[in-house]
Amino acid sequence: MSHVTSAVRTPLVTGGKTYADVTEDISRQVEGAPTREWTIAFTISVVVLLYGTACVFWTWWEGLGVWGLNKTVGWAWDITNFVWWVGIGHAGTLISAILLLFRQKWRTAVNRAAEAMTIFAVLCAASFILMHMGRPWLAYWALPLPNTFGSLWVNFKSPLVWDVFAISTYFTVSLVFWYMGLLPDLATIRDRARSKVSRYIYGAFSLGWNGSAKTWARYEYMSLILAGLSTPLVLSVHTIVSMDFATSVIPGWHTTIFPPYFVAGAIFSGFAMVQNLVLIIRVVFKLEDYITIEHIESMNKVITLTGSIVGVAYLTEFFIAWYSGVEFESYAFINRATGPYWWAYWAMMTCNVITPQLFWSRAIRRSIVWTFVLSVIVNIGMWFERFVIIVTSLHRDYLPSSWAMFHPTLFDISDYIFSFGFFFTLFLLFSKFLPVVNMAEVKTVIKSSSERLPVSVSGVAKGERVANPTFNKNIE
Amino acid sequence: MSDVNGSGKFLVGIYDDDDVVLKAVKDVKNAGVRIHEVYTPFPIHGLDVALGHPRTRLGIAAFLFGLSGTLTALALTFYTEGYDWPMVVGGKDSYSPVVYVPVIFELTVLFCALGMVGTFLVSNGLGPTVKPLMYDLRTTDNKFAMAIDLGKNNIGESTIEQILKKSGAAEVNVKQF
Repeated sequence: MSHVTSAVRTPLVTGGKTYADVTEDISRQVEGAPTREWTIAFTISVVVLLYGTACVFWTWWEGLGVWGLNKTVGWAWDITNFVWWVGIGHAGTLISAILLLFRQKWRTAVNRAAEAMTIFAVLCAASFILMHMGRPWLAYWALPLPNTFGSLWVNFKSPLVWDVFAISTYFTVSLVFWYMGLLPDLATIRDRARSKVSRYIYGAFSLGWNGSAKTWARYEYMSLILAGLSTPLVLSVHTIVSMDFATSVIPGWHTTIFPPYFVAGAIFSGFAMVQNLVLIIRVVFKLEDYITIEHIESMNKVITLTGSIVGVAYLTEFFIAWYSGVEFESYAFINRATGPYWWAYWAMMTCNVITPQLFWSRAIRRSIVWTFVLSVIVNIGMWFERFVIIVTSLHRDYLPSSWAMFHPTLFDISDYIFSFGFFFTLFLLFSKFLPVVNMAEVKTVIKSSSERLPVSVSGVAKGERVANPTFNKNIE
Repeated sequence: MSDVNGSGKFLVGIYDDDDVVLKAVKDVKNAGVRIHEVYTPFPIHGLDVALGHPRTRLGIAAFLFGLSGTLTALALTFYTEGYDWPMVVGGKDSYSPVVYVPVIFELTVLFCALGMVGTFLVSNGLGPTVKPLMYDLRTTDNKFAMAIDLGKNNIGESTIEQILKKSGAAEVNVKQF
């Protein structure tokens, strides 16, 4: 046998699946009529989306005064939600790009859903950028338009402009990467389609893919370069988001630790969101053989690692605030932990630093219920992290006469709810009309990582593999 | 698509296993048959080498597109901030690439990714209105098809069929385009 998995390594695909089983199991939900659960979930999402859309339009119609902002706290839930969603949008590209470069085969079962989540999360993040502009019809002013158009060019030395470039590039490249990954699977659905309409639609979107050896060779090469591009890209996005804060002179923001700390936090929350979505998908679509406990445990390990990095960053911030001897900086941190927003700080500490440490226990790491609950807690904690950074740093200005508190209004809350409606509507549409697991990629790991090797046929006896050094090198 | 030339009549060997088809490519080639192309549901490493396809030059395209992104970003930032309307912000030098690194990086990645994917689609003749030439519909599911262009081989049809069967083909079909 040329490519055999070590007995120590647990299989990635269980249930002795063949290539045809993979196609059948994953195409089923695309081809069948929507299930009752899906219809109910979709209806709820659309209702939430409609309510949220109405609130967002009211926010624009009335102006940002409907939010709880004041002269001291000029950023609050808007930017908190923006950073939170962008952070969540980091897991997909990490899974599809960085894990591809590291040859982590477990990514094959979860990369499709995670990338979809990334794209939708970035769209949600972008919606808060549009919202906080107040006048979204002037959003194009953020682009480098000729001087005669407005009064000035954009300021290329500002991290906010870097953000425009980073987020839009990240969104575009993630979308392209995801769509290219979909091509072979769309062709599979096209060739199985019974109705003329779906054959036409999936045919158009599969761009005439026919799986020739030449196409596949170029495709693999392209995927590798896209992964190589996306790896620094995903790290750059949250680095630049963190610079929105770090390059300012607000105590609690002006720290060089921000870029790595934000990136770790982004991966942390992104993986938590992937867990939540994937745990639901595997049950609803009966994909337990493809998204196994191994996959969930692997992601929990990433959560434990990044959660610990975030914890170290929190402590480092505190230490440096004291060690620097800057009284504004020291005050900002003491105020965070003991000031009027102490509850937000301790919610963040508990959810991000303490509870994820439970994942050191193998039993908890492999428990579906624990994983689901802890992942929700992680995302609550990560939302509070951004709230703490933004609001507690702003609400105590340099002048005590300017000190203020931030209280969310109905529209702060409703505009946040909008993003959930938007996200879940898109995600549910994705999960119904596109294969949620990358069939072509799962087929490549069937032989090396399946529970039972498929019975070989004609010419080659069962269990005996044709020696092929090229193939082995790529597998191992 | 540029796939069709010769007589348009093909013999299609259908295989059930990726390792079998990879070995079959070598066997069939050794028997003196010219293989048109092999169609598979997932990538098989080494198949393109076995078929004798030249190494893809997509990397060169990617590099050139990336470079064009770098140059565009440099030109854009230097022209706007340095030449057209210099602004002093934070005492940063308007002619220093350092302060523009994020923009330069992002545009490099953007141009490279879009350019490369565009090149990939064009070079493979892929597009929304393209009708795929499918030698067997099951090749996007679980079968592997080896297409032999009869117009480009001097060996007789029945002999080729024998060679394909011997190499492990589960069935051999005729496909006319």
